Amino acid sequence: MQQKMKTVTITIQEDGEPREIEIQVPDTGEGGWGDLSKNTYINKPHTRVDAVDKVTGRAKYTADIKLPGLLYGRILRSAHPRARINRIDATRAMALPGVSVVVLPNDDPEVFSRECRFAGQEIAAVAATTPEVAEDALHAIDVDYEVLPFVVDEDAARDPDAAQVHSDRGNVGEPRVGEQGDIAAGFAQADVTLEASYRCQVQSHIALETHGNVCQWEGDKLTVWASTQGVFSVRGELAGHFGIPETNVRVITEFMGGGFGAKFGARKEGVICALLARKAGAPVKLMLTRKEEHLATGNRPSAVQHVKLGATSDGKLVAYERSNYGTPGVAGSANIPGAPYLYEIPNYRIEQTSVFTNAGPMAAQRAPGHPQAAFAMESMMDEMAEALGMDPIDIRQMNDPDEARRNMVAMGAEHIGWKTRRSATPNSQTGRIKTGMGVGSCRWGGGGGRTQAECTINPDGSVQVKCGTQDIGTGTLTLVHMVAAEEFGLKIEDIDVRIGDTNYPYSGGSGGSTTAASVSPAIKGTTMLAKLELFNKIAPNFGVEPGELVASDGSVFVGSDPSKSMTWQQATAQLGDEPIFFHGQWLPGYSDSGVPGVHFVEVSVDTETGLVKVDRVVAVHNSGMILNPLTWASQVNGGVLMGIGYGMYENRIMDPATGYMVNANLEDYKVMGSTDIPEIEILRYDEPERGVIGIGEPATIPTPASIANAIYNACGARIREMPFTPDKVLSALAAVKEG
Amino acid sequence: MADRHDEARPDESSHPETKSGTRFTRRGFLKGAGAGAVTAAVAPAILVSEAGTAAAQEAEGVMSATITLDVNGQSHNVEVEARTTLADALRDRLEITGPKVVCDKGECGACTVELDGKLVFSCMTLAMDAQGRKIETVEGMADGDSLHPIQEAFVEKDALMCGFCTPGFLMSSKSLLDANDNPTPEEVREGLSGNICRCGTYPHVFEAVMSAAEKMRKGG
Repeated sequence: MQQKMKTVTITIQEDGEPREIEIQVPDTGEGGWGDLSKNTYINKPHTRVDAVDKVTGRAKYTADIKLPGLLYGRILRSAHPRARINRIDATRAMALPGVSVVVLPNDDPEVFSRECRFAGQEIAAVAATTPEVAEDALHAIDVDYEVLPFVVDEDAARDPDAAQVHSDRGNVGEPRVGEQGDIAAGFAQADVTLEASYRCQVQSHIALETHGNVCQWEGDKLTVWASTQGVFSVRGELAGHFGIPETNVRVITEFMGGGFGAKFGARKEGVICALLARKAGAPVKLMLTRKEEHLATGNRPSAVQHVKLGATSDGKLVAYERSNYGTPGVAGSANIPGAPYLYEIPNYRIEQTSVFTNAGPMAAQRAPGHPQAAFAMESMMDEMAEALGMDPIDIRQMNDPDEARRNMVAMGAEHIGWKTRRSATPNSQTGRIKTGMGVGSCRWGGGGGRTQAECTINPDGSVQVKCGTQDIGTGTLTLVHMVAAEEFGLKIEDIDVRIGDTNYPYSGGSGGSTTAASVSPAIKGTTMLAKLELFNKIAPNFGVEPGELVASDGSVFVGSDPSKSMTWQQATAQLGDEPIFFHGQWLPGYSDSGVPGVHFVEVSVDTETGLVKVDRVVAVHNSGMILNPLTWASQVNGGVLMGIGYGMYENRIMDPATGYMVNANLEDYKVMGSTDIPEIEILRYDEPERGVIGIGEPATIPTPASIANAIYNACGARIREMPFTPDKVLSALAAVKEG
Repeated sequence: MADRHDEARPDESSHPETKSGTRFTRRGFLKGAGAGAVTAAVAPAILVSEAGTAAAQEAEGVMSATITLDVNGQSHNVEVEARTTLADALRDRLEITGPKVVCDKGECGACTVELDGKLVFSCMTLAMDAQGRKIETVEGMADGDSLHPIQEAFVEKDALMCGFCTPGFLMSSKSLLDANDNPTPEEVREGLSGNICRCGTYPHVFEAVMSAAEKMRKGG
């Protein structure tokens, strides 16, 4: 039973230049992962390998790191949405017992600016012996502000006479245009044309562990414990900022309390922490407060979309026009996908702009731009279906080019009883509480790459795998264990896995739902090729070719004659003194990109109070070949719930009079709690032949849209503005009554 | 709100800085309250530390003291200020970091500990007020290497993702099941309503608590 081999092309770095080479790897068929039914771990549910550390309190996060002589850092932030600092004086702060150092704008003009463009912008920082003294010191820094006009509302900011956020450019950025076909001709073909505007609010990320770092210098070498989604991105930024080689910077993230897109790079608070530590000559911990998280660490930009959609009487979409804008705050982009979301429309024109306001800058947030795009498109699809007298599912199926998504829509509809349990007529129930059902869909990219790994097989049989990825709560550490254990036929606990450290081989940031699809093929390739090297060395002892050996169940044996067998330890003992060491990288053929997802939702609407409750969600998702169905399901639950939060509760509220965010906490900024959680049923649409595809982002996208459609089905009120709070529901109900 | 935390949530809306630069903050409020508590009730029991006290008092009225805290059955001496919260005393001074600080104002439950058998937000409790009382944190839940059935159920049902909220959820779950070992799903939701999870593990947490309850009823 000689193993079938195949040739794959990989890109290696040679003298800093990429070069393509061909290598031979075992051919395990389409999708690369072989016969899944024979697996012990891959594609089977497995509990997290670090779960015990997390339930016992032993897990040490960045926020928990304590070092001898540790100082506590805090950042002083602008008290005004727009101001110029004329004078800043830390004399009183420095005189406080326990205050070690203060850094001011002149200490690092790249980090601090005297031009304050949002309330919460970094203007100075302190380090002190206790957190309490550090806070005192912030209040003892005297700042003389020249207060300037500001604007925090994206609609007001579009006015040519509005206060200008940046002195060198207007508030409204260059339009980005996407077009195809001829929209005038398209709309001329349409039997029905609808126009509507949809609004999505700004959403905070709210990772429970705030942004933060612990920095320790030894000479010009820097060690950083970082709460980050990308240890290498932190290393690169800090090395660049301080002008030291990347080899001098080590970044460690063993446990990490959530990111959702806002924790890439060292960011300002990371650079400031390192600045304080360098100036103090002592390690500094700088964890942001919850308020700072809301003000300054990123958010999902708002979106205001004016949409015009044309369809023929049989439901074919023929023309689409969208003009949209949103605010990224002081910097970044508020763009959403630049083609009609999900559906094939031959003629379209999209024009979108980002509008600067005096508010904290945006950051990528779980499926950037997609929930906003899905909300408008999927709402309008339902509106069009009603105008044409069609079932919302039929109009989707007719215009959706993605076969898998069409199948998933049908699968979810069947499961939830779309035809049998849903009233085709909106607002058909009598009584105060009305129930309804809605659907929404999504697409996401994902895909893998940019990951290297090392594997050592020691003569005593112990196996170590190192990879500089990080586990941000998605279960990456467990996946590495599973893939390696499967390859060697060993138990999960037999593999010594090290991740979360720039001393290990490179891996990209955990974002874009790419981590599983990047890391698992790299671990697969590295362990597989390390195993082949082992087989090359020991095959002569079996008197067979290396390709005839199999590692399984703690043994190595000849595939065609399992009686020729040794234990794993007997096999590795043949190595003598020298371990097998293999440095590998991501291989093609084990992962894919591009997935659809569909959510069906049931809601109850209290027509007297306007209160909406999401009762049930059927989430249909597709991750190609799911590595660990247990942690995968957790991610789907999490995505669905974050989507409900965005659709129903969460909203950054800026006071236009003062320019402050008025709900920068967890009480007035509403996130979901345990009494808001619906029943969630997850349906898997497996395509194992495609390999691994990420799930983190698609799982959140379609939720708000499907809720809006369910509300309409329940009570006939079309809510075009998120979040779907009682005031909006009551206003829409009143409009229905007035006809 | 029927969550199981005995500490009342203060009515705190956001108080942006005023033009004069003065602010009303929770720490400032606690500082005042704590100072009162020191003179009224706790003063005889505390040892005022010598280092830097006079200068500190001059500067900002800062005064630190060494107190004794009974955490998970062990006595610890710890130097705190009057305003130091129990969360900060445990985490920063004693390196008992299971309780997490997430909101630092009693909104999320991540810092939940037991004080004489009752749940409190340790970020809303002064360290000095915890003297002479039994403090239980998530670190005290397991019996040596043997996990508490609720911990086992959290592992088994994947009732945690990033894990930052997990210690708080575990403490609330334990308090819930200590009082009622046969809760309805609604009672579980109510019992955990003082805790926030951003990763969205709630469905698995509910499963874990129901499964642990069953195990505990069977004496497991």
